Amino acid sequence: MSNSVVAPEQKEKQRAEAGLKYVGKNLERQEGIPKVKGQAIYIDDIQPEGCLYGRTVRSPEPRGEIVDIVFEPGIPWDEFVIVKPEDIPGENICAMIKNEIPFLADDEVKYKGEPLALIAHEDQQMVDRAINHITVKMKTDGYPAFFTIDEARSKQQVQYGEDNVLCSYQIEDGDLQAEFDKADLIVENHYKTKAQEHLYIEPQGIIAEVVPGEQVTVRGSLQCPYYITGALANLFAIDETSVRVIQTTTGGAFGGKEDYPSILAGHAALLSLKSGGRPVKMVYGREEDLLATTKRHPSDTTVRAAFDKQGKMLALEMDFALNGGAYPTLTSTVLSRGLLHSFGPYNWPAVNLQARAYMTNSTPFSAFRGFGAPQSIYALELLLNEAAEQLQLDPAELRRRNFLQPGDSMPTGQVIKEQIDLEQLMDRALEKIDYRRKKQEFAVFNRENDYKKRGISLATFFHGSGFTGDGEEKLASRAGVKISSENPLEILVANVEFGQGIHTGFVQIAAETCNLPPELIEVIEQDTDKVPNSGPTVASRSTMVVGRLVQDACEELVEELKNTAGLPDDFTTEDFLAASKNYLNSYGELYKEVQHHDPPEEQWDEENYRGSAYSGYAWSCDVVAVELDMIDYRVKITDFVSTVEAGQLINPDMAAGQIEGGIVQAIGYTLFENVVLEEGVMKNNHYADYIIPTAADVPSIDVEFIEFPLKNYGPYKAKGIGELPFDGPAPAIAGAVALALDKQFITLIPLLPETIHDTLSKLEETTDA
Amino acid sequence: MEISLTINGKNYQREVDETKNLLHFLREDLGLTGTKEGCGAGECGACSVLLNGRPVNSCLVLAVEANNCEIRTVEGEAVNGELSDLQKALHKHHAVQCGFCTPGMIISIRALLEKNPQPDEPEIKQAIEGNLCRCTGYKQIIEAVLDLTGQLDQKEELTHA
Ligand code: FES
Ligand code: FES
Repeated sequence: MSNSVVAPEQKEKQRAEAGLKYVGKNLERQEGIPKVKGQAIYIDDIQPEGCLYGRTVRSPEPRGEIVDIVFEPGIPWDEFVIVKPEDIPGENICAMIKNEIPFLADDEVKYKGEPLALIAHEDQQMVDRAINHITVKMKTDGYPAFFTIDEARSKQQVQYGEDNVLCSYQIEDGDLQAEFDKADLIVENHYKTKAQEHLYIEPQGIIAEVVPGEQVTVRGSLQCPYYITGALANLFAIDETSVRVIQTTTGGAFGGKEDYPSILAGHAALLSLKSGGRPVKMVYGREEDLLATTKRHPSDTTVRAAFDKQGKMLALEMDFALNGGAYPTLTSTVLSRGLLHSFGPYNWPAVNLQARAYMTNSTPFSAFRGFGAPQSIYALELLLNEAAEQLQLDPAELRRRNFLQPGDSMPTGQVIKEQIDLEQLMDRALEKIDYRRKKQEFAVFNRENDYKKRGISLATFFHGSGFTGDGEEKLASRAGVKISSENPLEILVANVEFGQGIHTGFVQIAAETCNLPPELIEVIEQDTDKVPNSGPTVASRSTMVVGRLVQDACEELVEELKNTAGLPDDFTTEDFLAASKNYLNSYGELYKEVQHHDPPEEQWDEENYRGSAYSGYAWSCDVVAVELDMIDYRVKITDFVSTVEAGQLINPDMAAGQIEGGIVQAIGYTLFENVVLEEGVMKNNHYADYIIPTAADVPSIDVEFIEFPLKNYGPYKAKGIGELPFDGPAPAIAGAVALALDKQFITLIPLLPETIHDTLSKLEETTDA
Repeated sequence: MEISLTINGKNYQREVDETKNLLHFLREDLGLTGTKEGCGAGECGACSVLLNGRPVNSCLVLAVEANNCEIRTVEGEAVNGELSDLQKALHKHHAVQCGFCTPGMIISIRALLEKNPQPDEPEIKQAIEGNLCRCTGYKQIIEAVLDLTGQLDQKEELTHA
């Protein structure tokens, strides 16, 4: 193992002169052929011999004490495997960031639907019938529950710490008071966003098989193999090396399969243990998946900002709050990322930004593409539109006057070293949609039409790649490449493919570095017995951080072949293959593994929340035109343009697929997707009642990539883009709707027809009064 | 009850429980796992198959209802292991991400093309409206079909590269 090394300048230069051969090309998806043939194996396609089917007994109440779990007559319970907390061999704690989530609630239940016990049987129909013949008796007296941020804030009941606050962060910069004193305009508003369900089309699923006392093996649909090894080692009180996790083809994840699979894997493995080692399969039906799994955090944000009359931003104050739900999950990191994206790509002389996540008795909220950033960006961008209106400036103009420039500092003190040009990014989007002309035409249209109204608006934003702050340094990911007797080149990483195309990207990076055609390169399956821990598949980190490790490992491998196997400096594919053969014949397999270290200039001060929050940022501008029907209050998106700067694209078509797919999910978030929480749990847990965009709902989305001339740390200067597209659509769409409504500003999403109707009636009431 | 049906041109005779749906019959009894279950309630289209040439959600059809019928699933799309033109187009256009919706999507597009060899964009959208895809945003799927039917040059080609 060695430190990751930056490729010598010389080599970079030569490569640039030569042009890239594989990076930047639209290579076809590595696992595309089995997928179009229907041959890719997802977890529910596997039927192990002698398998049992598991189900979960859940709490009927949001809070209370379990008095009894009654197994009603009429079911042959003696044929069942039943697991209760006392069957847990190790710690009843699913280790995430804070160790506070039990696999099975023991004394106090904290949310409705919380797992209490597990049952399994070899006949799936029997187990599905049996689960409805279990009654949970609970004592709820003396256990009042609360579900909202407001209730948590009121401290009428305190269930967590002294104030129900799960975690909090703050960023302060500049002289806030002095800037507010100078202001010609102060604008304040309050914004709310609701929960969102991931709705990966493949539900959660795991198969576990335990050899009692020896080994736990888990297969399933998941993002983070090495989170599960850690969680199960703790649960079974065994060494992490005795837990083996194998990812099966994963039918979408979006953050929803980041932490939850650890719980499900624990459940299936506990049942397997209790059964004496039979394989246990737990694949959620859609209703259970919607009911039980995590969602995007609801948010509640107050923003106050000061401007001078030329539209210069002076100061920003924010109180950003998330509903964390009943347990900490990954909430602290979501909150932190939300805060670190809350100030936008603007130059604020002073800020005071506070972020708090509150404990409530709702189903725990956790990771979802964007990770807190969509919520805080929503609030900021909409406030800017209001300020622009009051300053009589076009919203694009207000942004233009305040964009960060190279050399400027973010409120964290992080200096922009890239040659960013946000004006160019925005102008290109405005030009493509024909913003000025549309805006004028819409004004005329709106005067002449009562039943349809049109609007156009925008959002500019960034998204940081990789773990926040010193997270990557602490994670110290490792990735390897190998010349083996089976494959000319193997890539060994723990980062999974769940549709985003990362394996194809890794192959392109390795192909480029080793001058090897992609078809000779194999990505080894994500099996913790085979691949090193290159960290979780989250946080827009795989391309930038792990891709860089793949590149570095390849560079080391090439060096080794040069030193020991006669590879010439300037080598062809044939040279590489010949040298590999030499090496194999003389020494056997060649394996190079590298470990991540943050570049020395990227340092982070966790205590004061200052420094380099992310070592790479992708930048984007969304511009959206809408038509609003004033009879049924439906919003139709007529035009959508997104310009994106993400450094060198590894695979432009796949990158476009990420942007388009992310935008469509965010359109759903903004316009249709309404998680109805009743006693903290999703009541509308069916597809039929939870509407996501269909092909018929989707506007034509025009994505254009531009590249700033810059130097960044990713492989071939690439950055992460998985989450970026989720950040802009909500404020851009809400801004366009506000314009259509003659600047009656929107503060809540989803913008369901009834939300728009209510907003308008409330405004009328206040004007009447 | 014993049923007899043709699946992808092959004849099957099987004893089947009268309550079993066609999806589970295909997946569990015949091992044809290409057809996926996304909801089991007729809402996502992941389980689409052609029943006598018509696209249906196989989770809503009982296996016994398919007695004496002709079924086509994603496994019948490639011939002798060779991708069909539709599969090639989807692959080429990166219209497949996680792949879970893909088998159902292929079935719905196949049904459309059999009726209408040159569908326009609204017709394509309508044909796949019942097939939810959470990954792609649908654009690359639609482009693949337009390309396959020789219509992509009329549209604005992807300008990403
Ligand atoms: S599984 Fe049949 S429609 Fe969803
Ligand atoms: S590709 Fe994932 S659901 Fe369509």
